[in-house]
Amino acid sequence: MDTNLVEMCRAGLKWFTMLLDAPSARIVLFGVRIQGHIFVEVLLGFVIVFLLSQKSYKPPQRPLTEQEIDELCDEWVPEPLIPPITQDMRHEPPVLESAAGPHTTVDGKDVVNFASANYLGLIGHQKLLESCTSALEKYGVGSCGPRGFYGTIDVHIDCETRISKFLGTPDTILYSYGLSTMFSTIPCFCKRGDIIVADEGVHWGIQNGLQLSRSTIIYFKHNDMDSLRSTLEKIMTKNKRSKNLRRYIVAEAVYQNSGQIAPLDEIVKLKEKYRFRVILDESNSLGVLGRSGRGLAEHHGVPIEKIDVVTAAMGHALATEGGFCTGNARIIDYQRLSSSGYVFSASLPPYLASAAITAIDVIDQNPELLVKMKQNIALLWKGLKDIKGMSLASDPESPIVFLKLEKSSGSTKDDLLLLEKMADRALKEDSLLVVSSKKSFLDKCRLPVGIKLFVSAGHSDSDLIKASESLKRLASELLL
Amino acid sequence: MKDCFARPIASAPDAWFDMVERDWNDGEKVIDRTTKRRRCLNLGSYNYLGFGSFDEYCTPRVIESLKKFSASTCSSRVDAGTTSVHVELEECVAKYVGKHSAIVFGMGYATNSFIIPVLIGKGGLIISDSLNHSSIINGARGSGANIRIFQHNKPSHLERILREIAERQTKTHKPWKKIIVIVEGIYSMEGEICKLPEIVSICKKYKAYVYLDEAHSIGAIGNTGRGVCELLGVNTADVDIMMGTFSKSFASCGGYIAGSKELIQYLKHHCPGHLYATSISTPSAQQIISAIRVILGEDGSNRGAQKLARIRENSNYFRSELRNMGFKVLGDVDSPVMPIMLYHPAKIPAFSRECLRENVISKVGDLTGIKYFPAAPKKQEAEKDTIKLV
Repeated sequence: MDTNLVEMCRAGLKWFTMLLDAPSARIVLFGVRIQGHIFVEVLLGFVIVFLLSQKSYKPPQRPLTEQEIDELCDEWVPEPLIPPITQDMRHEPPVLESAAGPHTTVDGKDVVNFASANYLGLIGHQKLLESCTSALEKYGVGSCGPRGFYGTIDVHIDCETRISKFLGTPDTILYSYGLSTMFSTIPCFCKRGDIIVADEGVHWGIQNGLQLSRSTIIYFKHNDMDSLRSTLEKIMTKNKRSKNLRRYIVAEAVYQNSGQIAPLDEIVKLKEKYRFRVILDESNSLGVLGRSGRGLAEHHGVPIEKIDVVTAAMGHALATEGGFCTGNARIIDYQRLSSSGYVFSASLPPYLASAAITAIDVIDQNPELLVKMKQNIALLWKGLKDIKGMSLASDPESPIVFLKLEKSSGSTKDDLLLLEKMADRALKEDSLLVVSSKKSFLDKCRLPVGIKLFVSAGHSDSDLIKASESLKRLASELLL
Repeated sequence: MKDCFARPIASAPDAWFDMVERDWNDGEKVIDRTTKRRRCLNLGSYNYLGFGSFDEYCTPRVIESLKKFSASTCSSRVDAGTTSVHVELEECVAKYVGKHSAIVFGMGYATNSFIIPVLIGKGGLIISDSLNHSSIINGARGSGANIRIFQHNKPSHLERILREIAERQTKTHKPWKKIIVIVEGIYSMEGEICKLPEIVSICKKYKAYVYLDEAHSIGAIGNTGRGVCELLGVNTADVDIMMGTFSKSFASCGGYIAGSKELIQYLKHHCPGHLYATSISTPSAQQIISAIRVILGEDGSNRGAQKLARIRENSNYFRSELRNMGFKVLGDVDSPVMPIMLYHPAKIPAFSRECLRENVISKVGDLTGIKYFPAAPKKQEAEKDTIKLV
């Protein structure tokens, strides 16, 4: 048996070598000698091609059964609606017991109020109260309807006409809420694909409007004209398609987050050079800047027609509520149909519109209020310029006096807690109400945080001196 | 058709008001106001309980609060914008609605737009009714969460969408972080009342959060005007977030969110509307407090109960009479919103002008509540009358 096996192996080997030595195995192809092993390699190649062409094995997919869906749904654990409450979230704001004028009452004590944007001291003004009272008696409180459907009261139309006359623009549209003005106006004009160049320090209302517009947003350094110039240059030269897109610059006249004033004359020059449109928020400059309080355009000597869209909230110098947008008639007419905050919302209560009309009349008739306010700002600056640990970061003419922290602790949260502590102590120990920066996690602005004081024409010299002394003392105790 | 919209009025939006007549040459763009006034029957304002004019209880208190606190605080709620009236208002609203705490904003539209992004973000899912208001859509888009729409008022379709949680888990292995279902109490387009009990039970089963927008239903339906929860017998603890506006039944302005103590504390710390926006005008806040007191009978009279009974009777009577006359009227029983279907867009300006013209013949008044919905599906251009208490 052994020999049989050996014989068989020998025969097989002999046969195999014969095959390899056969004449067919000695072909010369393209100058290369082909030997017998080529057949093995070719066979191997066929096997590989066959395997690759086979579909990979997937387990057959069957739809989930009802029971499986039930089990998966039971297993799913959602996140809690809100994260756990921390100690800093329990902080309560001060509760006022009287009007938020230059002096107010908190906890039964008289307190000097630098936390209301009551720049001209019109809160509690006799004429405003009279016009509100007569409007309340005639119209009640609410208007019970959107502007398109019987929510338009004749006071609204009068208010719009008065604002247009005051600012020198063709037409105005009234909004029922200050913050909603910007976030309704911007998405009305700016759509997907447009380019918006905005200041990085704009307030949350504008940021929300920019986000809702779905346009391409490019931020430039806060109030830095060189950065704006280079950004505009980059957009116009690098992107050839941008010549056919709508382009906007969005800025605030007086920035809420820093108290800086925008250099409108330079912005207008850049806008004309690169052919952009300007949307300007004049909430904190209306009734404040300019010889007669007509805003930033008057302050810089720029004709108001050069700014394409001007918006403003009336909850500042005008001591009422709501907002408006002003510009040429076509822009305003368009918003009456397609601005969501106008069409889908109840209109401004009529007594607030009549308060706005009276406030503008008072500003027109009493230019000394502006002079007093400017004097107060200068006095406060004088008192605060030597403060230790903080520095004045706002413009010397801005009614928002902003003290930023010179040395940050590294964490914004800790800075905010420290500033809140400072403001609380100012209220408790010195009866002084100031504003410490507040940040929502939705706010993208990364400017430095600090203490804000809103200067009013109603503050007396002693109020301003008291504020400076108190802040200097607290800064030296808490910050050094 | 421009003369059919934005008709100005020269008096309070009461049962009868003075409408300003306008000169308009057909085809011209400009409409001029005239000094002529026309007394008209008002079926177009959202003045459900009749607080929208001088009220013997509310208005004196509002004027008193105006004299004490002035028209505006010029400050946000966290700075110097919280007065004792605001604190009282939030307590009053929370108690009225049946929740622990409430937070109040100066504009109803903005309430939805501000709150939804704070509660949910990327990785979450919002399931919203197909006929939800534009403010909810705006807020949902601004939040960055995924949005799914379920068929109007169909709990079965909602359940089908919720069951897809399981599918998503197997396919992408990334389950949703949380799910919020947004519905309204009364839908302003259809006048229908939400099927809240079914929706709440489905959401409980699938662990989704319920957000109820009671813009039109608060103060207008239910025995004591507490809205759709009271009407349909739903426990307010089952609705996680209750939202409403004050511009309709309470004839003021603003909106509120009511919920648990922790929810409101969180919102007060993080919501941009609370941190940056000017607080609600103090006289408006006083109007809401006074209106709630009248509704609950705390002013010592039973005017509130009478008003609620009248609006229910008026709504049902008007609806049944219109149906007897042959009109196709939508809306559920007890709902004060009733759309009358015209079906043809061209009829709308004609209907509006005919109603206005009635005044000349009858010398009493005319129906002026015409609403055209640019957002309504083309097949059903509706004319809507909102019944209000006379």
